[in-house]
Amino acid sequence: MAEILRYEHVDISYNGVPAVQNVSVTLQEGEILGIVGESGSGKSTLIRAAMGLLVPNGLVTRGDIWYKGKNLPDLPEKELRRLNGPEIGMIFQSAGSSFCPIRTVGVQLYESMREHERLSKEEFRTRAADLLRKLGFTDGQYILESYPFELSGGMQQRVGIAAAMLLKPSVLLADEPTSALDVSVQKQVVEEMLLVRRSFGTAIVLVTHNIGVIGAMADRVLVMKDGRVVESGETRRVLEQPKEEYTRTLMSAVPKLRRV
Amino acid sequence: MEAILSVRNLTRVFSRKGKERFTAVKHVSFDLMPGECLGIIGESGSGKTTLINMITRLLDATEGQIILDGEEITNLSGKALRKVYASMQMVFQTPTESFDPRCRLGDGIGESLRNAGRSRADTKTEAARLLEECGLPAEFAERYPHQVSGGQCQRAAIARALAIRPKILICDEATSALDVTIQKEILELLNRLRREKGTDLSILFICHDIALVQQFCDRVLVMYHGEIVEEGTPDNVIRNPQNDYTKRLIDSIL
Ligand SMILES: Nc1ncnc2c1ncn2[C@@H]1O[C@H](COP(=O)(O)OP(=O)(O)OP(=O)(O)O)[C@@H](O)[C@H]1O
Ligand SMILES: Nc1ncnc2c1ncn2[C@@H]1O[C@H](COP(=O)(O)OP(=O)(O)OP(=O)(O)O)[C@@H](O)[C@H]1O
Ligand SMILES: [Mg+2]
Ligand SMILES: [Mg+2]
Repeated sequence: MAEILRYEHVDISYNGVPAVQNVSVTLQEGEILGIVGESGSGKSTLIRAAMGLLVPNGLVTRGDIWYKGKNLPDLPEKELRRLNGPEIGMIFQSAGSSFCPIRTVGVQLYESMREHERLSKEEFRTRAADLLRKLGFTDGQYILESYPFELSGGMQQRVGIAAAMLLKPSVLLADEPTSALDVSVQKQVVEEMLLVRRSFGTAIVLVTHNIGVIGAMADRVLVMKDGRVVESGETRRVLEQPKEEYTRTLMSAVPKLRRV
Repeated sequence: MEAILSVRNLTRVFSRKGKERFTAVKHVSFDLMPGECLGIIGESGSGKTTLINMITRLLDATEGQIILDGEEITNLSGKALRKVYASMQMVFQTPTESFDPRCRLGDGIGESLRNAGRSRADTKTEAARLLEECGLPAEFAERYPHQVSGGQCQRAAIARALAIRPKILICDEATSALDVTIQKEILELLNRLRREKGTDLSILFICHDIALVQQFCDRVLVMYHGEIVEEGTPDNVIRNPQNDYTKRLIDSIL
């Protein structure tokens, strides 16, 4: 399988203060890479760097991020904007605040699709409502006609997921995509993301605190602490036989359900 | 023992321009007992946040009653309402966003004390004590929200919520943005506070993580489409769910 995204010795700072240090990782086409780790360890920073979203005060100070032969931090703004969305898609950690409050969800989704693809309003509506149904909404049309403030936290989060998935990116960067969802909707979202990978070969970087979601989705995991990778490897191995002390601490803190 | 908070028949209807009215919370009733920790789980969009927004009076109820410590507060306003705010405090999901980015954490924590008429010096000492109570060094009072990690900021948010010694602490997904080790620390902190304060502190705990609710709550309510569809101890609800939605929920846990 071909590699699609590669971080090489990447350092990132905010105002000169290092947030990510010496991270190297490769993502293959159709692969799902999980990233877990301490709050504040640089997980969001790492994936935002690929989208060129560190401005105004963040900067990749060393290393390269390669996407299909292009070094992303070196690309001019205009070219990045062309890639962002249809090639590299992002689901944001706080989906609610990434929407414009005074326009309906449908209008905003349609606009972002029209930037990259020619399609009629009708086509859009059918596709969007269909995807929203798969993400656990009984009435997709109702959601498209809503304003963001009329939706609950978890509903906004799913609209954010739909916004990224509608463009069918080759790489999907998902920052805590299910943190605000009840577990039955979470399961639907996990299944839909797995289906997208199977159908379109979408590669996914999945940042989450939810080890259950990592176990259900990721092929490989990266464990981060203090801006560095402390451990990485095949998912089962890392979750079940962690080598590093920090990973062990993390696994032992996972709340476990008592069924009997 | 009398309930510290009683909710009776609480209903909220949203009217939307050119569209049908939507009932987000339908005739919800429950009691929160002194010292109790009551969990609320349920579908995304089932009305949990709307329900607590009515209880904290951020949102008006369309119908029903809210009784706090024996007094009906459903329609209070102005000065009387401010007294209510002193007995209920909230901790939200995103700690960094819940603090004013231009203010130091110490100022955020002390705000309610200053509003209650405490002197500047007094407020400062108390903010330092609260930070330490929540497991942070007193020096953190000088930091801005973006200068601390998510977990530290959530501790500061709990310190702020505890400042005016509320009788009820309401946590809306307060741990879901934190890594599991910090989640565990926050729960240990809340458990310690519960032990120390006994019947003086009750908690409403909204959370999607059912294992966490099982560890932490005495009782749990399950919400679906604006209604409470099931209620009981977490162990009973998890082992022996009666309602179809609850069954689906328990089966979906990864
Ligand atoms: N805009 C910014 N300016 C200055 N520092 C920042 C900025 N954004 C993030 N940081 C800092 O960089 C570090 C990494 O933050 P980041 O958001 O990447 O962590 P994270 O691993 O995603 O954490 P979480 O699990 O809480 O989402 C933290 O110490 C944070 O305080
Ligand atoms: N201002 C509003 N106008 C119209 N409808 C609203 C408004 N606020 C909430 N709603 C609707 O009320 C319902 C309940 O929303 P609420 O935020 O209470 O859900 P929730 O249980 O907290 O969900 P989540 O777990 O996703 O946070 C949702 O269907 C939502 O769309
Ligand atoms: Mg993050
Ligand atoms: Mg909510």
